[in-house]
Amino acid sequence: MADVILEVRELTTKYITRFREDVYAVDHVSLKVEEGKSLGIAGESGCGKSTLALSLMGYYFPPLHYTSGEIIIDGRNITGMHPDDIRKSILGREIAYIPQSAMNALNPTQKVINIIEDVYLAHDPYKPKEEIYDLARDCFEVLGLPADVLQKYPVELSGGMKQRTVIAVSVILFPKVLIADEPTSALDVTTQKMVIKMLRRLMEDGFIKSMIFITHELPLLYNVTDDIMVMYAGQIVEKGTAKQTVFDPLHPYAKGLMGSIIVPENGLREVNLTAIPGVPPNLKKPPSGCRFAARCKYVRPECKVTSVGLREIDGGRAYRCIIKEKELRAAFAKEADLYAR
Amino acid sequence: MPDENIICLRTIGLTKVFGVGRQRCVAVDHVNLDLCVREVVSIVGESGSGKTTLAKMLLGLINPTEGEIYYQGKKRDISTQRKRKEYWKNIQAIFQDPYSSYNIFNKIDSVLLDCINMRGGRRLPHAKKVELMAEACSFVNLKFEELTNKYPFELSGGQMQRLMIARIFLLKPKILLADEPTSMIDACSRATILDMLMQLRDEVGMTVIFITHDIGLAYYVSDTVYIMKHGKFVERGTPDEVILHPQEDYTRRLINDVPKIYEEWDLSTVEYSS
Repeated sequence: MADVILEVRELTTKYITRFREDVYAVDHVSLKVEEGKSLGIAGESGCGKSTLALSLMGYYFPPLHYTSGEIIIDGRNITGMHPDDIRKSILGREIAYIPQSAMNALNPTQKVINIIEDVYLAHDPYKPKEEIYDLARDCFEVLGLPADVLQKYPVELSGGMKQRTVIAVSVILFPKVLIADEPTSALDVTTQKMVIKMLRRLMEDGFIKSMIFITHELPLLYNVTDDIMVMYAGQIVEKGTAKQTVFDPLHPYAKGLMGSIIVPENGLREVNLTAIPGVPPNLKKPPSGCRFAARCKYVRPECKVTSVGLREIDGGRAYRCIIKEKELRAAFAKEADLYAR
Repeated sequence: MPDENIICLRTIGLTKVFGVGRQRCVAVDHVNLDLCVREVVSIVGESGSGKTTLAKMLLGLINPTEGEIYYQGKKRDISTQRKRKEYWKNIQAIFQDPYSSYNIFNKIDSVLLDCINMRGGRRLPHAKKVELMAEACSFVNLKFEELTNKYPFELSGGQMQRLMIARIFLLKPKILLADEPTSMIDACSRATILDMLMQLRDEVGMTVIFITHDIGLAYYVSDTVYIMKHGKFVERGTPDEVILHPQEDYTRRLINDVPKIYEEWDLSTVEYSS
């Protein structure tokens, strides 16, 4: 059993809007990331993926507020720490974050080397500049970036190079966990592959110990991560290994998501795309029962009243549905039959 | 199904050159493109391969440096504003970024009303106009009653893109140019939007040009796929020919780079280049 790097227990965070309304964007989320493993988080836009990424860092700023739960990084509980302490000792060293719009994350008036120096000196003010330069060059070599990028301004770099530079800046302090929030959504397929290979290589070379990868593209997630979690309306609805979640989803929502995959492979031209009807619920007033009930094909009267917890089944899998595994599988099989006819 | 015999739009040697001297850059290089009526065509390429420049020339937003565009057998004439407007009744576009495709000062009603007026429905009674608008909204699964008196930015990205399709439904153009229509929205709404576009194609009987870097999408929807590299078409054919059995090295590489779920994704072929 490998060491658990990041453990989150029942984390709940909320946004407080201008009108003093609470929006619970992350609702009782528990997860575990082991050393050398990567975890993927999938879901529609607006389901709380990015909020979860922000919440995991333990650094909250309005309108995001902490409510309850625990975050434990490498045996150290960081909930309740002072924000300044978190910024100094956790961010960058323990957890690093690649934002969604990494293209705009670099300061346009500074050279890349100055940005890296800034990050380093904020954590270790007495580090000589030569050492930082050597470290940066080593890091860039691993990422396949030429060393002269260090002396360039961000505007001189192409989109893929900017993205790789941002990743280099975030891993320069050897963080334990890297959170990548849609790092490839603005790139074309070739650059995307390059970035993914680089992230893999960072894991192999020991720059980072584990990774959390957030995206809505399931084929990508399947190829990158070991485990996949599906989120819906702030809650985890399905948890399992990548293979299980993609090929054998149990929750009706996860099943619907898998139905919307498009990949250029033989035979997929004939497959009917199944979109999930309806819209996700408003999190200001979440429905009382199952949050997916309004859009679910297999809805039962009791779904709308009783709230359901995560149902653990063997093999480390879990799903959030009132219907038993056997009955769900039977329902899926019946529907597949209907399609075949 | 496409009508093979009637050619709707044809370009001969279409070229666009940006800049002069050392900064000269050939964005689109002698492109010949034939579009049949009711055909769905995808133009696939990396970023920087000239896809969007080609689209803008077809729309008449920028002038080609060289080459000709024939629309319905006649040479396209957009020399005056009136003729240009006439041309735009027949060719419409959906752009990548739904957030910037609307005039932020106009309410949704007026966005849809403009379309009705453009189709010559200016004299219709108000009740009839509302009925038309409601019909268009229900086609894309939006509720017109909820949209009145709202501004476009109050909607989500997927809803805005669907409203764009509602516009197309009202305008009923001959050709629809979809420039990366689904790259800014998530995978789940993507399926919905593609379904709607295909349904609309059948209903209105229009030609659809998809410009995309999503090879999965091109494979799923199109009748003909063109692969574009540095402003030139390197390969064309049916999706089964081009995507499952590619002939060119470039196409093969492009298809290799797409993450797949049934086949192995080969990461060893990546080259680090700028």
